Amino acid sequence: MSLQRTQDAESTDALLAAEEVQKYFPIRSGILKRHTADVKAVDGVSFEIRRGETLGLVGESGCGKSTLGKTMMRLLDPTGGRIYFDGEDITDVSRKRLRQLRRDMQIIFQDPGSSLNPRMNVADLITEPMRSLTDWDKTKRQNRLYELIEEVDLQENHLTRAPHEFSGGQQQRIAIARALSVNPSLIVADEPTSALDVSVQAKILNLMEDLQEKYNLTYLFISHDLSVIKHICDRVAVMYLGELAEVAPADRLFETPKHPYTRALLSGVPRANAERMDDRIILDGSVPSPEDPPSGCRFHTRCQEYIGDVCETSDPELDAVGDGHVCACHHYD
Amino acid sequence: MTDPLLEIDDLHVHFHTEEGTVEALDGVSLTVERDEVVGVIGESGCGKSVTAFSTMGLLQSPPAEVVSGSIRYDGRELLDLSDDELDGIRGDDITMIYQDPMSSLNPVLTIGHQLTEPLLAHRDISKAAARQKAIEMLEACGLADAERLMDEYPDALSGGMRQRVVIAMALITEPKLLIADEPTTALDVTIQAQIMDLLRDLREEFEMSVLIISHDLAVISEIADRMAVMYAGNVVETCSMRELFEAPLHPYTRKLAESIPSLETSVQRLPTIEGTVPELIDPPTGCRFASRCPDYIGSECDEIDPQLAEPEGIRDHEVACHYYTDESDAEPPWQIQGVEDQ
Repeated sequence: MSLQRTQDAESTDALLAAEEVQKYFPIRSGILKRHTADVKAVDGVSFEIRRGETLGLVGESGCGKSTLGKTMMRLLDPTGGRIYFDGEDITDVSRKRLRQLRRDMQIIFQDPGSSLNPRMNVADLITEPMRSLTDWDKTKRQNRLYELIEEVDLQENHLTRAPHEFSGGQQQRIAIARALSVNPSLIVADEPTSALDVSVQAKILNLMEDLQEKYNLTYLFISHDLSVIKHICDRVAVMYLGELAEVAPADRLFETPKHPYTRALLSGVPRANAERMDDRIILDGSVPSPEDPPSGCRFHTRCQEYIGDVCETSDPELDAVGDGHVCACHHYD
Repeated sequence: MTDPLLEIDDLHVHFHTEEGTVEALDGVSLTVERDEVVGVIGESGCGKSVTAFSTMGLLQSPPAEVVSGSIRYDGRELLDLSDDELDGIRGDDITMIYQDPMSSLNPVLTIGHQLTEPLLAHRDISKAAARQKAIEMLEACGLADAERLMDEYPDALSGGMRQRVVIAMALITEPKLLIADEPTTALDVTIQAQIMDLLRDLREEFEMSVLIISHDLAVISEIADRMAVMYAGNVVETCSMRELFEAPLHPYTRKLAESIPSLETSVQRLPTIEGTVPELIDPPTGCRFASRCPDYIGSECDEIDPQLAEPEGIRDHEVACHYYTDESDAEPPWQIQGVEDQ
């Protein structure tokens, strides 16, 4: 009985869930621009983000992690599958409902220099989401603005300045204040610190953690930097060529990675301690094209633990390999 | 003992801009011995790329001006050379790899054309021989099907392959000194591992010295023998790779290393450095790190610029901080010891 209840509690705990989500981009060619093929950027991905947690999404460039982030927020229309926000199926919701959902889901991009409108000053940038997504009056918006700049450690005299007058770290603070302005419950952070210096990165990561605690935020944290992912995430999903290879609690993933791709990724991270380099796994080649992905397991062309035909013919499913730990590899069938 | 291969001494470089004069390098001293890999680490704007560009004679002047100092390569003063004389050295004895492999290759010339160019410019060699050499170099850089690649254009290649071509191009004259400016920053982790592995092998094979510049301490630690830490136009510490991790002396180095998340250790909260890098137009007169220093001593830090020197009792480890100069009696709040003593 009590077991039943915990399971129920867990299943309703998902703030955002994906069920076999696909996102294909059509390739059109020839004079008639006929639809000739698809780039399968996201190809059948299922996972959930639990309320209040930080889920890391990690993978190499072109693996589809940013596309997945944007599709989950419905900034891109999925080609297939279902997306649930707080239990509600948002795959085909109306434009009106989608606008309401924008208040709940916000995004921060990698390069604040190009994601912030250069013609707007800081005050306008931060209040814009409130003007377009809420019916708050001017006083309420102003109050919130002053609250926010204190929250992200900007000064009042910054408000009339343009974004290009700020350093990368301060621009990212502006982007965070802007995302936070409409009280979202979920923030998708797409490589939020990749363009920053390490000492600035540390400050932004600390700020994001403080805000998460204060506002009970849920983060989808997209990054290629495994050390950052390990530091900030509760759970981690590893993506390869449009599919999830492995999902696990962060400490488990870093201590006992199961998927050969995850293991190669981890061993590729440069270590401060140079003595450990001997057991490094170096993958051959680069990621194949998502236009024509390999058959079976998409990683089989680079896998160093290739078993045999099964890897080329059958696409492995995400199967449980331990507590809250799933992995898509025929080694664990 | 022979002379160092590259010896940069007290280099001052200014940029004249509309807002004022940016004192980008404030007396940078750095040496690269023969067959040594020196890593330069620091955050954006600290002057690490300016140091590299000065050495290659690639600073655009104006706005840049080399105010004083010297850059000696193999005993010759590079700053005194004419452009023609410099062209005999750069691209031949000293070559450079840049951060972005896409913009360092010419998109309208074939790989083969670009690879043979340095050879044809610097060597008395036939086109056929240059082509043969280029193919061998592409193969040494781990590119299969090199014959075919020679006739391809850069946009047919992936980022990792392009960076291999750039490396092949830099090595084709068998330089004595390779300057690598953030060679893997634009690449993915798995490709980064391939490229660092390649650089390590090639430098042993060709017995080159390497000056590698990066903001990523972990990347540099894979290849460097010795490190130079830069902050706001100064080298603040130089030491062996091991000492940097086990016994760093400068407060900035200590803080910088702490603020990087690591796979080995877990912290609840990342330590940060208060404040921001000072403006280099009208920079502070004393130590440029003084206003942010968690271990600030007193007025000597604000007034006197600490010089890079070996503290008493320590060998092969230089630091620019008043904890180790005669200006202050203060003892650093951490233990000073050579790594061997541990």
